[in-house]
Amino acid sequence: MTPAFPHAQPVEGLIGGLIIGIAAAIMLLGLGRIAGVSGLAARATGLSDSGAPRSIAIAFIIGLPVGALVISLLTGGVPARFPSTGLLLIAGVIVGFGTRLGSGCTSGHGVCGVSRLSPRSLLATALFMASGFATVAVLRLTGAL
Amino acid sequence: MMKVAVALISGALFGAGLALSGMADPMRVRAFLDLLGPWDPTLAFVMGGAMIPMAIAWVIQKRLERPLAETAFNLPETRSLDGKLALGAVLFGIGWGLGGLCPGPAIASLALKPIHAAPFVLAMLAGMALNLFVPSGTGGTSQQTKWRGSHRPPASDTQRG
Repeated sequence: MTPAFPHAQPVEGLIGGLIIGIAAAIMLLGLGRIAGVSGLAARATGLSDSGAPRSIAIAFIIGLPVGALVISLLTGGVPARFPSTGLLLIAGVIVGFGTRLGSGCTSGHGVCGVSRLSPRSLLATALFMASGFATVAVLRLTGAL
Repeated sequence: MMKVAVALISGALFGAGLALSGMADPMRVRAFLDLLGPWDPTLAFVMGGAMIPMAIAWVIQKRLERPLAETAFNLPETRSLDGKLALGAVLFGIGWGLGGLCPGPAIASLALKPIHAAPFVLAMLAGMALNLFVPSGTGGTSQQTKWRGSHRPPASDTQRG
């Protein structure tokens, strides 16, 4: 799209982001809760006994792939390129453990908490962004990418 | 039933937004984190876009007595910072950088590439289960600074993300 960043999709990103924000706003104003995926996923699978009612958590979590599928069908396919299964397994364990320990992820802290100017979410988002940048830099410097 | 329908609509819109924005593609997400490589700023546009409706929603929330389809707001009230929050966020960032996946896109992409997304989601649930063995109660919940506001409920240290 832009000459400097040939692979960037600023328009799609902005439209998709607006829809994500509307989804989180529906959760907040409709049900009075944070649309935090890690917390709702833990709740839906019985790995947390606090938070949203189980039926709410399950419905939201089921909605995620349903929405992605609808877009995939409407647009003739959504690209999704994954790293190796070994890396996915290691990354998955760290993401699951870290998001529960840190009480949130990109959606709860990054979208909902930052827009509320929550001090905890601002700190968490700064830290997971920084460690994400650092991790990929290490992968790049060690020749893994 | 109404509440479940609202949650399903919210989840489906969230998944649709992730798919439309390119965030269901782990390599695009990792390219945002790749400052030393061919950097892709798309994720910043997604986050910026999501802030707009949510910033408005928080303003509306302050004026509402209760949510439209629920009897009370149930929002995180803890404001104090603690080591668990910081360590958890740093660990999450490491996993996010390694795989290019965070929980939302991982679950959404179960509909796109189930063979690839399922191992990540199962490993993520295992990581969440591991967290159940971490002793609780030490992390800054005793000396809390609360959100101030006329319509906020009593303290509840609920999960955000």
